[in-house]
Amino acid sequence: MPRERAAEFTIDHVQALDEAGNADPDLLPDLSTAELRDLYRNMRRARRFDERAVALQRRGEIGTIAPAIGQEAVQVASAAALSEGDWMVPSFRESAAYLTRGVDPHLLLWYAMGMEEGAAVPEGEHTMPPSIAVGSQTLHGAGLGWGQAITGDDDASLVFFGDGASSEGDAYEAFNVAGVFDAHTVFLCQNNRYAISVPRERQTRAETIAQKAVAAGIDGVQVDGNDVLGTYKVVSEALEQARQGEPVVVEALTYRRSMHTTADDPSVYRTPEEEAEWAKRDPIDRYEDYLREEGVLDDDAVAEIEDDVEEELEAAIERAREGERDVDPAEMFDHAFAELSPWLADQREAFERHE
Amino acid sequence: MSDQRNIVEAVRGTLRAELARDDDVIVYGQDVGRNGGVFRATEGLIDEFPNRIYDTPVAEAAIVGTGVGLAAHGLTPVPEIQFSGFAHQAFHQIQQHVSRLRSRSRGTLNCPMTIRAPAGGGIRALEHHSESFEAGYAHTPGLKVAYPSTPADAKGLLTASIRDPDPVVFLEPTRLYRAVRGEVPEGEHVVPLGEANVVETGDDVTVVAWGAMRREAQRAADGVDADVELIDPRTIVPLDTDAILDSVRKTGRCVVVHEAPKTAGMAAEITARINDEALMYLEAPVERVTGYDVPFPLYAREEAYMPDPERIRAGIERAMDY
Repeated sequence: MPRERAAEFTIDHVQALDEAGNADPDLLPDLSTAELRDLYRNMRRARRFDERAVALQRRGEIGTIAPAIGQEAVQVASAAALSEGDWMVPSFRESAAYLTRGVDPHLLLWYAMGMEEGAAVPEGEHTMPPSIAVGSQTLHGAGLGWGQAITGDDDASLVFFGDGASSEGDAYEAFNVAGVFDAHTVFLCQNNRYAISVPRERQTRAETIAQKAVAAGIDGVQVDGNDVLGTYKVVSEALEQARQGEPVVVEALTYRRSMHTTADDPSVYRTPEEEAEWAKRDPIDRYEDYLREEGVLDDDAVAEIEDDVEEELEAAIERAREGERDVDPAEMFDHAFAELSPWLADQREAFERHE
Repeated sequence: MSDQRNIVEAVRGTLRAELARDDDVIVYGQDVGRNGGVFRATEGLIDEFPNRIYDTPVAEAAIVGTGVGLAAHGLTPVPEIQFSGFAHQAFHQIQQHVSRLRSRSRGTLNCPMTIRAPAGGGIRALEHHSESFEAGYAHTPGLKVAYPSTPADAKGLLTASIRDPDPVVFLEPTRLYRAVRGEVPEGEHVVPLGEANVVETGDDVTVVAWGAMRREAQRAADGVDADVELIDPRTIVPLDTDAILDSVRKTGRCVVVHEAPKTAGMAAEITARINDEALMYLEAPVERVTGYDVPFPLYAREEAYMPDPERIRAGIERAMDY
């Protein structure tokens, strides 16, 4: 009765584009010049959106937000890898993913202004509203992917969560249930190194978050999340696998360059040296170097994208401000149930009488 | 046409009928497949609907949380939580997501999930198997709560719940699962959510009781020197406030019975609504006959904990003698 190895596992780490912008041709996704430029544009747009949103918050125009600055590559690449019928299930730091998916920027601002209208899902669009409760949305992604398996769809579901969320029980339940039911789900962990102030090392003793998939019997893979091309390739492959009923956990290594939310001060728990180190690994700079080297971008193209993004953002901010003036608080009664019950109708009337 | 059935049989027959009616209905949970459910409420369904019934891992948060995704995908999830005391392991999903999907998405997504769970004590079960948490669900905006007490109502309310566009927590009184048999209408039978049943009419005192307590209240009413009007609200949300108020305006007295703890229980809410709308009709303060504010005891003491006909009778007499 010898003592034998009962199980072994390995976790791959993928990087297609290194920090100097050098590419490994074997790992590059098959993308057209226009698609390569779109990835860049979406990253620049997301960066500017969050910078402008932080400024708006500081001026008191919008409420608390969780900027995705530094995480544009993983979000843009993942959202771009989705087909129209796929579901995207965000948490609360997915501005870049939402914008890439085609959600109008003024809707994100409305949500930040405290208007439910910003979380409305246009009819037929497969993007879930933001989920604030940490990790809880992993199960919704598992359920969507399970539903796709039940109905035999070719679509998949992609759910965003963070390194902190990987400690929640829901995340494990989601991996496990997805595995049992052949769910079409990709669980995308943005390991941005901090859950508010708690570093990744205090979140789990596991060497990778991707290996948390192993306990559920599904595949896990790690990718450099600041490498937009490597992430696009890994997530695309994971989605293809998920469509066949093989769910995957993808851990994207990235860094939250700004604060947890606008209510947070990272200087309490991070050093300027560490932040400077990650500034050098910025996902947009790295990709821009590569695109310029490849002849996809030049100064003129970058300037054009910058102007275009600013113009679009300006219009979105203006539209958000206009929408804010239309808030009718009584509407809070209207979507609690499909029909307003007499009991709730009485409360609505009392509200309008200010009683 | 009607048939004598118990509540388990009525639930099973309703699930079968709704699975047959609507291909989007999915029944899943712990042991609901091959085993047919620990109370046999899903027995045989997996043979008739092999791709619509799923045994799940032991994971209540997953059972409810995946239902949000299933619903967003367009299916109608009808999960079973084996005992309602374990629904607390999914309560965050119920409170944070199931109840709010419609509000949060501004009405473009909904969650027509019916979460079935056995509830209440009286079957000498283990700890956490006897809870009656309807007030907690009632305190969660966006949820409906049904709590039938007869086989016919189990059928009618479950049919309405599964077809309802909003999420429903459907609590089934374990104590009555096999203890009561009754006529169950054949074919289509829908009891609208929010419509109370005036079980007995009377002029002296209104008694409000649901789930397993309805039978106890009925027994109490039979042996008391008062003409009791017995009301079974059948759904806790929406609550048929008008039926209760109309009755109280007639009788001037009210006793509310539930086996959940007294503090912040539904009896407090019903009392408040009577105070708001019918105070001047009252001849006596509203009486509450409820469980105590202690954890539901192990089975040696459960009979002592739960309201019984004697306690209910005493409550009625206090209201009459005030």
